[in-house]
Amino acid sequence: MLRKIRTAAAIACFTLITLLFLDFTGTLHNWFGWLAEIQFVPALLALNAGVIFALVAVTMVLGRIYCSVICPLGVFQDIVSWAAGKRKKNRFSYSPVLPWLRYGTLAVFIIAFIAGTGPIVALLEPYSAYGRIASNLFAPVYQLGNNALAYFAERMDSYAFYSVDIWLKSVATFVVAAVTFVVIAFLARRNGRTYCNAICPVGTALGFTAKYSLLKPHIDTERCNDCGLCASNCKASCIEPKGHRIDYSRCVMCFDCMEKCPQKAMKYELRKITQKKKAEPNGAQTSGKVDTSRRNFLSVAALFALASTANAQTVTGDGGLALIKEKKVPDRSTPLTPPGSSGAGNLARHCTACGLCISVCPNQVLRPSGGLETFMQPEMSYERGYCRPECVKCSEVCPTGAINLITTADKSAIQIGHAVWIKEKCVVNTDKVNCDNCARHCPAGAIQMVPAGADNPKPLKIPIVNTERCIGCGACENLCPSRPFSAIYVEGHERHRTV
Amino acid sequence: MEKDFIKGMDRRNFLKVLGTGAAVSIAALAGCKPGDRASNRRFNEGDVPTDKMTYRTDPKTGAKISLLGYGCMRLPRRPKGLAGGIEDEIDQEALNGLVDYAIAHGVNYFDTSPVYCKGRSEHATGIALGRYPRDKYFIATKMSNQGCPGREDSLKMYYNSFKELGVDYLDYYLIHAVGAFDVYKERYLDNGILDFLVRERKAGRIRNLGWSFHGQKDFFDYMMNKAGVKWDFVMIQLNYFDWETSLGTSNVNAKYLYDELVKRNIPAIVMEPLLGGRLATLNFKAQAMLKQANPDASCASWAFRFAGSLPNVLTILSGMIYKEHLQDNLRTFSPLQPLSAQDNETLSRVVQTMLEFRSINCTGCNYCMPCPYGIDIPAIFAHYNRCLNEGNFPDNRQSEEYKKARRAFLVGFDRSVPRLRQSDHCINCGICTRNRRCPQGIRIPEEMRKIDKFVEQLKIDVQ
Repeated sequence: MLRKIRTAAAIACFTLITLLFLDFTGTLHNWFGWLAEIQFVPALLALNAGVIFALVAVTMVLGRIYCSVICPLGVFQDIVSWAAGKRKKNRFSYSPVLPWLRYGTLAVFIIAFIAGTGPIVALLEPYSAYGRIASNLFAPVYQLGNNALAYFAERMDSYAFYSVDIWLKSVATFVVAAVTFVVIAFLARRNGRTYCNAICPVGTALGFTAKYSLLKPHIDTERCNDCGLCASNCKASCIEPKGHRIDYSRCVMCFDCMEKCPQKAMKYELRKITQKKKAEPNGAQTSGKVDTSRRNFLSVAALFALASTANAQTVTGDGGLALIKEKKVPDRSTPLTPPGSSGAGNLARHCTACGLCISVCPNQVLRPSGGLETFMQPEMSYERGYCRPECVKCSEVCPTGAINLITTADKSAIQIGHAVWIKEKCVVNTDKVNCDNCARHCPAGAIQMVPAGADNPKPLKIPIVNTERCIGCGACENLCPSRPFSAIYVEGHERHRTV
Repeated sequence: MEKDFIKGMDRRNFLKVLGTGAAVSIAALAGCKPGDRASNRRFNEGDVPTDKMTYRTDPKTGAKISLLGYGCMRLPRRPKGLAGGIEDEIDQEALNGLVDYAIAHGVNYFDTSPVYCKGRSEHATGIALGRYPRDKYFIATKMSNQGCPGREDSLKMYYNSFKELGVDYLDYYLIHAVGAFDVYKERYLDNGILDFLVRERKAGRIRNLGWSFHGQKDFFDYMMNKAGVKWDFVMIQLNYFDWETSLGTSNVNAKYLYDELVKRNIPAIVMEPLLGGRLATLNFKAQAMLKQANPDASCASWAFRFAGSLPNVLTILSGMIYKEHLQDNLRTFSPLQPLSAQDNETLSRVVQTMLEFRSINCTGCNYCMPCPYGIDIPAIFAHYNRCLNEGNFPDNRQSEEYKKARRAFLVGFDRSVPRLRQSDHCINCGICTRNRRCPQGIRIPEEMRKIDKFVEQLKIDVQ
């Protein structure tokens, strides 16, 4: 019974969190956005004391329920492990804990967290690791399915589905997500929850508490016939059947052992005096395998990248239509950060790089950064769209407080950067035509058109930017006819200000 | 009882019974009496008569011209991406079939130009018609030197028409799309081409010399009174919509043009009888009016009957790339039923709804294209008009349909026009309207701005 409840709850949480990353319309967040906010590290980053306290309290009472129900990466491993278990039954066995790896990783994580080294925190943290897997690997598949539906909807004159662009937002992040996916899936396939009990800093931290939890599984030695089925079905490898001992710091409360025990000797009950487990360092079995799979995945990622560039080059006009060159990312001296993030500093301090904002951005503005210090964190660019005035989606979904909730009215007054005009590229100068597309589309009214020169009797007009009014939304950059580089682009501001 | 019967039957028997039943019903549907074929269908092959076409007499040559003329500006295309298929390649086989069908049903006037179908129309039309004796058809082509007004280029274009069409004389030859004196002067007077064409008419290689009009009233008057050439015919845009309404920047309506031609006994050849197809796909209110008046008639047939009811019209051009359109038109013209006073009343009410619906007069001729900045102008206008006509127009926030119409408009916009070719990328350079390229005189950049503003309003309005 306990196992069934846990499984149902875990599947519900997992599905909804995955859907948060897949649902590009952002509607699901209105209902289930809190599922991202109750994740451990996001709550920590958001300084959400209530959630942290609740999570610790739950662990104090029930053990590592967080790991078996709430954490999407944990459930993901269970799914892989469950699929692997279909072929081979009773495949687990007790293994001793790897303290140096566990505590070492936790120490690195804490140091990185305090030092504000975002990328290391993001790499080790389970929620954002899963987020990247979902948004980099699952989302494209989901979107393909959506586009197929849109294709048929179009033929049926229905507007229920519309097609979305599928594009590789960042090669590096894609590779990280793919490697994480392969490593974790590989470990889960072999040994169940190895990641949770050897690497995951959240697992280790909760393990300290879980040791002393009120309720935990106990082996009734009177009933136990030492068949060892509990241990061979323990995905956390934490049951030592001979000594009738369970390592509660590693037990993730999946309740599989209780269901498996033919003697009903496993009971979930109030704390008794428990014995200390033995520690026997014996690890390193995993790292050798990692390298080959990483190499494989690098080449897969490279292929993916190649395919997408080839695609870009073969786009042609069809006779009556002029060819449109794809826009290129301009070289910005300060990167652009989304409104609500208050600037690069706050974003870097609070972001766990889960990519939720990126996957929900309807205008294809956000993408993972490739920079070392902000690796995988969101960054803006306007080749495919601009930060439209009616949208504050990223601020709505962010679980960590890296992007704070703002309204569209707030956004219209937040200056995240300012537009810079490049005389040499402007079509008014290069093509000698009239153009005021930047001025016409500026939602802040920060661009005005002025005659280019006094000597010319019928001068063409050129844009001038009022940098005090400009909010940096990028409408001008995105809609500028100059290609591949726009003649007007937005330079980021390190700290946002209200205009 | 019956349940048991079915249960007791094995599958083979069941299929047998089913098959017999089907055969019986097919026989019943096909009609036991051969003469009663129309029992279950509105129209049949037999409904398109082969010998009832309405003809008009050319006052100069006495030739009998079919009132339905075949326009070759758009021809059937091969679908893209078929084995070995060039993009936009004309489907010659389909064209031949359409031409055969048209000729068999009495059509004998064919209109083309060296620039139609990106220059492939004359050649393809020539192949289709070349399979018939020269006296079976009348061919019209044009001096389409809009892009190359030089004398050498113009002469080359003229002689090339003979080669492409495989003929040694042209029945009707047109000075193509003139509407303002400066352009006319450059294309026909300064280079001596007009004199050359008049000489060619004298020599018999051009049987009838005329011109097609898109433009200003004073230029039309000039051509009528001061051009110094006797015109054998004039091609004008005429349909029930612009009969009394002048379109775009043009300051003259079709009634004026027609009356001037009647005064001088010059026959009118009608183009755009359907206003670029827009009179065939009317807004839902207008459609209801026409269907109420006559449930069997297509919207298009009303427009043809309007033009055909005018006695000084020699022929009415219609571009027909689908057999169904050809058949529908043949039914309208074999023979043509002139409009009654009541019909005219209905049409004036239709015009009222069209003015109410304020759609854009784009006929999709593509003369404005390609836009150097990649905008798909006709596709944008077509989407806008379609939404208007279907009543799918999100212009009233209070209406219950607003949310649905808004989504349909925006999603449909992305479907019919790629994002980078939409109105927000129009930079107002004005190249599309230079040299009065738009025959309808649409102020394209202005309309683009209006649509862009409208779309932007919709996008912002997330509820």
